[in-house]
Amino acid sequence: MAVRVLIVDDSSVMRKIVERSLRQAGLDLSQVFEAGNGAEALSVLQANPTDLILCDINMPVMDGLEFIKQLSTVENAKSVPVIMITTEGSEAHVVQALSCGARGYIRKPFTPDQVKTQVIPALAGKV
Amino acid sequence: MNSSKAMPTPGASQETWRPLLELATREVFQLMLSSELTLPSETVTLRPGVTSMVGLAGQLCGVITLRCDEKAAVLMTSKMLGLPVDKVGTEMSDALGEICNMAAGNFKNKISGLGDGCMLSPPTVIIGSDYSTYSLADSPGLEVSLVFESFPLVISLQIHS
Repeated sequence: MAVRVLIVDDSSVMRKIVERSLRQAGLDLSQVFEAGNGAEALSVLQANPTDLILCDINMPVMDGLEFIKQLSTVENAKSVPVIMITTEGSEAHVVQALSCGARGYIRKPFTPDQVKTQVIPALAGKV
Repeated sequence: MNSSKAMPTPGASQETWRPLLELATREVFQLMLSSELTLPSETVTLRPGVTSMVGLAGQLCGVITLRCDEKAAVLMTSKMLGLPVDKVGTEMSDALGEICNMAAGNFKNKISGLGDGCMLSPPTVIIGSDYSTYSLADSPGLEVSLVFESFPLVISLQIHS
């Protein structure tokens, strides 16, 4: 299944690592979009339909939690599953992210298998 | 990454955090660089070419610092991104910042009850060795020496009470 993915992280290195982990997890990525913060991600989504979003929490300009809240304002993206990938690993952060609408939560550091475990269920029925 | 959740609380002796700092760092290198850190066989003298720092604020205030020489930093970046060593460029600073950030986050997540009450700063990376730092930390702090692919590295935690 070919997947269009948006990776949101203020670290370009981490964006590359997430992309590589998705490929190692067996995903066929037809398009990979990148954004350095939530506001950039909203702009990218306006013009680029995606199937999956992986998003950091702590970012400048607009953080990941605010991004999820704003996602409902983007007509062609409001139902796109969002997986958080972050160093913030406390239960409270997980609960907060899930209550904001995140479909999954991956703590850094992570393995491709951990990415796969979160991503595949989130994509069920989407592609 | 949470195998040590039942470990010391923030009020516990700082020395009990040393194995957690070491474990947190080891896990980052295992999972993100596919590299096993080892302990040095003798006292390490390190002239750091790259220094990466992440601040802690909240219930635990201080700074976590990762120091290594530039060749080690290039190799870390290479392994992290799957790039040949000679292709590593400006992304080295970003990579070292992320390694320190993940080690800091992994460390605080291992201390029961601290995850919610401690925030991390964005990483700061210094290239070069001709610098000095001044800290308001009021405890001796922790320092763990490790070896990455034959290169020494040091990760340290300075704490403000």
